[in-house]
Amino acid sequence: MSNSLDSYLVLSGLLFAIGSFGFLARRNAISMLMSIELMLNAVNLAIVAFGSFIEPLKANASVIAIIVMAVAAGEATVGLAIVIAIYRNRRTPLVDEYNAMRQ
Amino acid sequence: MAIGLAIAGGPPGLILVLNILGFPGVRWDDVAFVLFAEIMLVSGLLVVTMRDIIRCGLAMIVCFGALAGIYVVVGAPLVAGAQVLVYIGAISVLILFAIMLTQDKAAPARLVFQTQAVPAAIAAIVLAFVITLTVTATDWGAVGTRIRNATDDVARALFSTYVLPFEVVGVLLLAAVIGGVFLARHDEGGPP
Repeated sequence: MSNSLDSYLVLSGLLFAIGSFGFLARRNAISMLMSIELMLNAVNLAIVAFGSFIEPLKANASVIAIIVMAVAAGEATVGLAIVIAIYRNRRTPLVDEYNAMRQ
Repeated sequence: MAIGLAIAGGPPGLILVLNILGFPGVRWDDVAFVLFAEIMLVSGLLVVTMRDIIRCGLAMIVCFGALAGIYVVVGAPLVAGAQVLVYIGAISVLILFAIMLTQDKAAPARLVFQTQAVPAAIAAIVLAFVITLTVTATDWGAVGTRIRNATDDVARALFSTYVLPFEVVGVLLLAAVIGGVFLARHDEGGPP
């Protein structure tokens, strides 16, 4: 089971689906950011699994996965800073109460 | 009684226990894969369904740790180390700090889901089904057996072929740090 590419890809797809559910369904902005992190991790798992099973992609996949991690760190930094800045103005972390553009 | 000793390395004690319990020929990496996969999926579900957001953050740390274990099983130890350092060490702490900065005791914590939660769940289940179907129906071509990524190969690729993306990521992280400090800075004289 641990020696077939399909099992890793199915696992990655399940984790991605969990993350997409969390992003669509949660009200808290930080929960949505955590769901985005789950989705990024799922994609990373797929990349690493391809690199580990297909010979020409061997070292490239690890490099791409590490670069994705660095970009995810930058995304988390800026996203959480934006959430904190909005919280300072609106006093709520719930995204369905951010309706200033609608009024 | 056939005690299957099809051992390809790994802890022989665990294999012996599994063989005696009636699972002959169980490989240790299958056991590790199933264990880590279950931990990862269950804690991922807890991240998106629990009410207390602090516990969601702690479950996310467990999920990332199990994913690091899966990276070890698949044969990418450098990525596993980077996962522990970056996700468990840095991003989780950042998210926990942000949770503690924005947690509001007075706000009603009853409703953690949007009103669109049920369609979102259906969409996620359909997405998982479609991905599983696509993955199992696709012929991936020249799929070999699992190979272990040596760290020096990764380092050689990172600093020769991928040296431009490496530098660009460095500049991107600098920009993200400056932007994060600028956005989260407390304005003097503005609205409180």
